[in-house]
Amino acid sequence: MLTLAALLAATSACGQDEGTAASRDLRVFAAASLTEAFTELGDAFMAEHPDVKVTFVFGASSDLARQIEEGAQADVLATADKETMAGVADAVDPRVFVRNRLTIVVAPGDPLAIHALEDLAKPDVKVVLAAPEVPAGRYAERILDGQGVVVEPVSYEATVKSVVTKVSLGEADAGIAYVTDVAAAGGEVDEVPIPIAENVIAAYPIATLAGSQAGAEAQAFVDFVLSDAGQKIMKTYGFLPRPTAR
Amino acid sequence: MPLAALAVAFLALPLVAVAVRTPWGALAEELAAPGVLAALRLSLVCSLGALALSFFLGLPLAWVLARVPFRGRRIVRALVILPMVLPPVVGGVALLLAYGRQGIVGHLLEQALGITLPFTTAGVIVAEAFVGMPFFVVTVEAGLRAMDGRYEEAAASLGAGRWTTFRRVTLPLLAPSLGAGAALCWARALGEFGATITFAGNLPGSTQTMPLAVYLALQTDTTTAVALSAVMLAISLTVLVVLRDRWFRLP
Repeated sequence: MLTLAALLAATSACGQDEGTAASRDLRVFAAASLTEAFTELGDAFMAEHPDVKVTFVFGASSDLARQIEEGAQADVLATADKETMAGVADAVDPRVFVRNRLTIVVAPGDPLAIHALEDLAKPDVKVVLAAPEVPAGRYAERILDGQGVVVEPVSYEATVKSVVTKVSLGEADAGIAYVTDVAAAGGEVDEVPIPIAENVIAAYPIATLAGSQAGAEAQAFVDFVLSDAGQKIMKTYGFLPRPTAR
Repeated sequence: MPLAALAVAFLALPLVAVAVRTPWGALAEELAAPGVLAALRLSLVCSLGALALSFFLGLPLAWVLARVPFRGRRIVRALVILPMVLPPVVGGVALLLAYGRQGIVGHLLEQALGITLPFTTAGVIVAEAFVGMPFFVVTVEAGLRAMDGRYEEAAASLGAGRWTTFRRVTLPLLAPSLGAGAALCWARALGEFGATITFAGNLPGSTQTMPLAVYLALQTDTTTAVALSAVMLAISLTVLVVLRDRWFRLP
């Protein structure tokens, strides 16, 4: 019994602080669409703070928020919409740090000649959307509803990243994802831009979490994301800067 | 003894937790929500479909593995067992690469027959059979091996043909293994998540089975997710009760 308890304690301690004894572990939960940008941003942050080791958990914002509500150890949360952040009681002073737009994702070369949102309603076009439970799905729904376009998707994917994957694998003909996801996918998919008048702006808030064991490091990370250096990295991945008037 | 008690607590507590947090008062209302019955029906249809497919293809395979000596039999058995130990999501990716629209077999299926599996109910059945069939094959093969071959020899020596021997002697002797293999295969198919969401996608009414519905409900509405989990737990318990004579009987 005691050995088992010791074993559990040892393994859970392992998860807490990997790396050198001197380094502090910082756990950042971030929306799937931030995967590439935050990975680079985390490296830049760790170069400035050699004593901090940042570990990312990427997933659907809604999934991450639920995990935190259920007690997952996290120090920072960045979601793809304000609604999801608002549901996390532990989030301290959330601030919008980048914005994003949505776009139509198609196979390279756009073989089915999809030019606009209306084309997604054609019966022979297989469309995948993010599930309405996740932010990207809600944004897509809002855009389609705004234009009165009725799409019958073949699947509601669990994260926005798998929308892009299904199109890049050729299983689906088109999907709606963030502009930044298409940039991150390299040449594997093309995009058909959604005009600004028909589009929505996705605002990404970031916050430290009240339950954090590393409050100072968490705040330093958030400050770095909001700093000019952090914003510059986000911009290279196609994110729009945070609103200037705060 | 204390370790054994701890093991029981370790296994049972999560299930008790589901029961404790289930919104019993609002259960009927939660389950009447749109999509829940569709997911439940789809789960039953697809898992039974996967079981039928496993019977149809798995029984001959188990027979060959148990009774027909041939070169490479061990390799074939290893291949059959592989999906049991493979992470289901990896299975889903493998299924996409094989039977997807651009897959090595899938693109031929589409060109020749106009059949596409991803995003269809048939795709769910394929994914569930992929992970469930090995359980059936392995269990039935073990049953065939453990069977006393003298009964069949006696039947044959008394003039029974191969089909009659199989139908009147082998099958009845094999029934317990068939039942256990079918139960394992069906339960595995019913609970299948990773391969399904990867290969068949997630669309209410056509590919969203109960595990997928639970996972997505959890993102917005924990109460619904717990209610759905309680239903799955009840189904699993029912299966156990039905099979109690087989699994609870002590040797």
